[in-house]
Amino acid sequence: MNDLAGARPRIALDPVALRHEFPIYQNNPGLVFLDSGASAQKPASVIDGIAEFYRRDYANVHRGVYQLSQRSTDAFEAARETTRAFLNASDANEIVFTRGATESINLVAQSWGPACLKPGDEIIVSDLEHHSNFVPWQMLCERVGAKLRLASVDASGGFDLAAFETQLGPRTKMVAVTHVSNVTGAILPVERIVELAHAKGAKVLVDGCQAVPRMPVDVRAIGCDFYAFSGHKAYGPSGIGVLWGRYELLAAMPPWQTGGGMITLVTPAHTEFQDPPHRFEAGTPDISGAVGLKLALDFIEEIGREAIQEHEQELTGYAIDRLSRIPDLDLVSAGQRRLSVLSFNLAGIHPHDVGTVLDQHGVAVRVGHHCAQPLMDRLGVAGTVRASLGVYNDRDDIDRLAAAVAACRRMFSR
Amino acid sequence: MMDLRELYQDIILDHGRHPRNFRPIEHPTHTAKGHNPLCGDRVTVYLTLDGDRIADVSFEGRGCAISTASSSLMTEVLKGKTLAEARELFAQFHAKVTGGEVHDLPEALAEDGERLEPLAGVKAYPARVKCATLPWHAFEAALKGGGAAEPVKTE
Repeated sequence: MNDLAGARPRIALDPVALRHEFPIYQNNPGLVFLDSGASAQKPASVIDGIAEFYRRDYANVHRGVYQLSQRSTDAFEAARETTRAFLNASDANEIVFTRGATESINLVAQSWGPACLKPGDEIIVSDLEHHSNFVPWQMLCERVGAKLRLASVDASGGFDLAAFETQLGPRTKMVAVTHVSNVTGAILPVERIVELAHAKGAKVLVDGCQAVPRMPVDVRAIGCDFYAFSGHKAYGPSGIGVLWGRYELLAAMPPWQTGGGMITLVTPAHTEFQDPPHRFEAGTPDISGAVGLKLALDFIEEIGREAIQEHEQELTGYAIDRLSRIPDLDLVSAGQRRLSVLSFNLAGIHPHDVGTVLDQHGVAVRVGHHCAQPLMDRLGVAGTVRASLGVYNDRDDIDRLAAAVAACRRMFSR
Repeated sequence: MMDLRELYQDIILDHGRHPRNFRPIEHPTHTAKGHNPLCGDRVTVYLTLDGDRIADVSFEGRGCAISTASSSLMTEVLKGKTLAEARELFAQFHAKVTGGEVHDLPEALAEDGERLEPLAGVKAYPARVKCATLPWHAFEAALKGGGAAEPVKTE
């Protein structure tokens, strides 16, 4: 991989070779890890890089006049620049570091929301949303007297653009949608959603948690107003996340949390606040987390996001084919475009029981409601079994998943 | 790791597929909902107390094989018991599935204790212990709360 650095590689990704870069595989021989949608494993470059940063360059940021603090600040701000480039944002000051996508979305809901919404205004979220892109908006609506509307997927499991268009109105102020569903893997037509929403004057926030680790993301091409993602789903450490927002929007938003590092002047009577992004980063940030995030984004870029998407797309197709051939297996549909996430149920067997049997076969999947209870209700199920892919997965993993599912059926049909 | 068949014994699969006392009681003296937020499973336990004795007990809801079988077996052993006996059965059951110190039951309850034995396999699966204890926690909440209370959550 090192010889590819710098160039944009167009050779196919080799998952087995990549596994050597993930120590979790050396420490858990035979592991079939199919839960990257919940959190991805970490490459050695991230794990070692964080340790190395603590050993050589660590100090608090934006505080000290000494050289070490400057080096630490440079590393922290380099992470911001890397993130900017990764999202193709126009300005590094549009990148706010948070604890994760959950905090990014809460930031917008709690800062932008009350400042910009009036009673009777409307917010539209899709029924595919993770609770983190659902509950903050529901609470905001309760707080300001706004109305939360649900944009549904159609019978095929794809986002229903026509129905969405009829829901948009002059009172719609925010549309919050996921880029890739964490339950079905459906890729949402975010560019078109933005066009339609903007035509009505609504802002759009996109939850990019599942998209960022596996496909090219260009916030300017999407045209959205806010984009949120978590580091830990993108091969980075947990505890760091990103909110990208259009600068003029961020600049008009009031502070959310207050404290050190985000002020320009504090007197007993009055406080003046910094400009974005520092205005939204009160307190000592997750410095090593940002450094780890940069290393994770570098890792992704070295492989190439097109190569990752191609690999995971191919593997998704293979998995659909394998799973569809298992009798009594109901694959949750995802419309025309699906990437890397597959949810299914086995007739008569509860997802939790499936998960326990799969675990016994060394196959790690997520079972349950995937923090998407509104979607579970619509599907009429208590939960699903979810397999999700990463760069280290290959066809052999899918074959072992299919074999474990078959063993599960045998166990419960005796 | 233990053999999965220790966990999914025939009796568990049978009660999971064909739960006993799986029905509402129209006018229960006590009822409570149990909810496992981890998996979204829900169970409602209904009780009819005649003085200190459990005249009838039933449940409804959706859950995995473990929680459904546990609910079903619970209703079977609790019917006709006094509240004191029910508490003794729960205490021993709880100890069995969490790997705690198991005390012998009085002879009159020994057979009922044995009937719950198949669920003891969950102690090897920490993530699944809550599935087995959910209906018992709901039962306990029903006694405490009486009528419609907030759903009890697993531990």
